[in-house]
Amino acid sequence: MSTKLIYFAWVRERIGRPEEDVELPAGIETVADLLRWLKSRGEEYENALQYPDVIRVAINQEHVEHREKIAGAREIALFPPMTGG
Amino acid sequence: MSAVVPVVRIQAEDFEVAAEIARLTRGRNDIGAVVTFSGLCRDEQGRLSALELEHYPGMAEAEISRIAGEAIERWPLQGLTVIHRHGKIAPGEDIVLVVAASAHRQAAFEAANFLMDYLKSRAPFWKKEHHSDGSEGGWVDAKEADDKAASRWKRD
Repeated sequence: MSTKLIYFAWVRERIGRPEEDVELPAGIETVADLLRWLKSRGEEYENALQYPDVIRVAINQEHVEHREKIAGAREIALFPPMTGG
Repeated sequence: MSAVVPVVRIQAEDFEVAAEIARLTRGRNDIGAVVTFSGLCRDEQGRLSALELEHYPGMAEAEISRIAGEAIERWPLQGLTVIHRHGKIAPGEDIVLVVAASAHRQAAFEAANFLMDYLKSRAPFWKKEHHSDGSEGGWVDAKEADDKAASRWKRD
């Protein structure tokens, strides 16, 4: 099953695309696993996810912690801390 | 008491504060207090020509609706409107509006304050600066003070 990844703000700019569909390899269970795996996919990902702790994540449009399981996620968004308001 | 349904709008166009107040109060005799907060774009002493607000369509509405729902649960409100703009916004223009209506002022003040504190740290919007001198602007950094402001509303 493929998962839709969406990127915003400088995460989007550094990765160089707004979204993509990925096939997650076996063993990627949590958000933290996903960030680690993505980071290994190339220089642009390494650059965007250099400090994984600052990356905020939403699964199916709800905020989640990095320890959250990603099983069943249709849409996972990665973005910097928010600066609206 | 009937449930208050918040009005949440994410839009590129500007809003009219007086019209939004009237929308909540028109035809009612039970509202004794309306608090509005407007957030505007600053030019930072002439340094900025605009702010560009990126947002996460769908989640922006959903997250602000969740925060508005929590405010309605916590304070006796009779109406609540939250409007957040996206796209390029020039200095002096509106970015965000909160209107909270209640029988008494305290609930309206507190709910509007809570809404803004939470919105700052949880609503998926990101500001990018455009510089007046044409040089490349960067993304605005999140402020620790905003996270602290939101955390003071936490309940055990």
